[in-house]
Amino acid sequence: MAYDKFEVLTSTAVPLPIENVDTDQIIPARFLKATERKGFGDNLFRDWRYNNDGTPKESFVLNNAQYGGKILVGGKNFGSGSSREHAAWAVYDYGFRCVVSSFFADIFRNNCLNVGVLPVQVSPEFLEKIFRAIEKNPHTELKVDLPSQTITLSETGESESFDINEYKKGNLLNGFDDIDYLLNLKEDIKEFASSRPI
Amino acid sequence: MGKTLFDKVWDSHVVKNIENGPDVLFIDRHLVHEVTSPVAFLGLKNRNIPVLYPNRTFATADHNTPTINQHLPVKDELSANQLKALEKNAGEHGIPYWGLGHEKNGIVHVIGPENGITVPGATIVCGDSHTSTHGAFGAIAFGIGTSEVEMVLASQCIMQPKPKKMRINIEGELSTAVTPKDVALFIISKLTTSGATGYFVEYAGSVFREMSMEGRMTVCNLSIEMGARGGMIAPDEKTFEYVKGREFAPKGTDWDKAMAYWETLYTEDDATFDKELTFAASEIEPMITYGTNPGMGFGISNSIPTAEQIDGAKATFAKSLAYMEFNEGDSMIGKPIDFVFLGSCTNGRIEDFRAFASIIKGRKKADNVTAWLVPGSHKVEAAIKEEGILDILQEAGFELREPGCSACLAMNDDKVPAGKYAVSTSNRNFEGRQGPGSRTLLASPLVAAAAAVTGKVTDPRELMQLQEA
Ligand code: SF4
Repeated sequence: MAYDKFEVLTSTAVPLPIENVDTDQIIPARFLKATERKGFGDNLFRDWRYNNDGTPKESFVLNNAQYGGKILVGGKNFGSGSSREHAAWAVYDYGFRCVVSSFFADIFRNNCLNVGVLPVQVSPEFLEKIFRAIEKNPHTELKVDLPSQTITLSETGESESFDINEYKKGNLLNGFDDIDYLLNLKEDIKEFASSRPI
Repeated sequence: MGKTLFDKVWDSHVVKNIENGPDVLFIDRHLVHEVTSPVAFLGLKNRNIPVLYPNRTFATADHNTPTINQHLPVKDELSANQLKALEKNAGEHGIPYWGLGHEKNGIVHVIGPENGITVPGATIVCGDSHTSTHGAFGAIAFGIGTSEVEMVLASQCIMQPKPKKMRINIEGELSTAVTPKDVALFIISKLTTSGATGYFVEYAGSVFREMSMEGRMTVCNLSIEMGARGGMIAPDEKTFEYVKGREFAPKGTDWDKAMAYWETLYTEDDATFDKELTFAASEIEPMITYGTNPGMGFGISNSIPTAEQIDGAKATFAKSLAYMEFNEGDSMIGKPIDFVFLGSCTNGRIEDFRAFASIIKGRKKADNVTAWLVPGSHKVEAAIKEEGILDILQEAGFELREPGCSACLAMNDDKVPAGKYAVSTSNRNFEGRQGPGSRTLLASPLVAAAAAVTGKVTDPRELMQLQEA
């Protein structure tokens, strides 16, 4: 699936200072019945966001008009649990282009990269700084610069660099996906397959 | 330096190594189900490309299926749509499809091994994180997202950096009533749900050597719950014996060739791991979880820790206890429960039903308990009947349902109502996992059986002593 290119993103951020946010919270299983990739953003964090009768839960951050932006900042071990890419789709579809945490679950990180959401892993200390800055001022801006692999708190200029695999970085910068790459390798793959028993 | 089991299998599947990038890894066998595949097939359609190797692809319906009246049309319209989509996609691309009612139908991770699709030394993927189950055979198996499902359909390859390696050794003899599920929950409680993130785990030591294939599957299944990409166990005589003669396993001279390869699949003495952990079997008790992630578990006779005793974030811990409506210091034994779920790709195999039956035999289901007993596949269902387990279940007041994922993820009607407690043999106790507002206590089939007949959290060892007396 093609997605928008990612270069430099400057935006306010939504804070979610909870650890081990799992994929069942990001998108509960009962919303996985679609056969198309549409509308998942409406059910992002469904059970934290809405009461059983469908009214919004005032206390949840997505229902707080003070906070907004294209960056979601989560606690440690974000995205643990299932392999459902729907979780990454919901994050993207809601309008986030970047998730910041001090630690990501493996499959979720991969899924994000495959759908055009940039997972930025920062140190626990820097994560704390971001949370504190947003707490003080909900309009705090973050600048996520993919080419230079840095994330900066615009107000103070405090900054940290982050890791990303070179190949995946190239994909995000260009809006490419892996399938384009693999289709070009088809002949090599076929030759390899002939040596592998089924 | 010698190679590990993991190195041997991974390295032999690398089609291409991209500098500063991932490996292009060839996938021998790809399992597909109705929930994570429709968008992948749509992707192929948009690109106008076929499935490259339909004969390496196998499709079943399991996540979103009813567990009663499977012969009738599926009532939920969206679920029915997903099933139809899979049947149509499989048909168009020439992929074998084992839909509802098919004798080979069942949970992907149960039917793979049952039908000989799972073999040692293979690479196996599926759009479900518990694909790690197949590692029990010495295969590299892991869960993938839908974009990756599309990649594998299109090219039979996946692009991933090679993970780091961890070995977990457990030596000694397991105590009474300690099952493979307890071994896994014990490890997760020690490592936490992120302790193995970035690693592929090999389980080694006498505990795993002694374990049945079913037990090894349970352990490898839960690898993902400590964050690992997957887990594996070196194949041995037990593995070969299990695989031999199954429908999709190699036959004749192919079998001999395969065996020659499989016998080389072990970690060399001088191979090294990025991380190595060792536990003693005697440390492990029957386990239960009290919180909202699989790492929040302990021996069943323990009490819930206090916030001070917790290393991690106190706020997250408090949130978890509030959701469960448990207090610091509470004892788990004696807590009333409402539901029992025996099933899932973690504990939905014949051995799990045998264990469950061993406790309930001659007893009665507690009146306050609703029990869902859901076999992992039609083959498991058939064995339950053949071995006379169904009679034991029925005499004790239980019913057997039809195969599927059921209350493991509660996409179908098997949902635990808000506020109710379920002792579940599945793999996740996340908030709302078994239905909005549901509260899950993860445990072994023995602990589930003890809860089912007493209506509360009960140490199965007590009931076993009574049986022996
Ligand atoms: S039983 Fe649960 S974990 Fe296993 S395949 Fe089904 S949904 Fe996934």
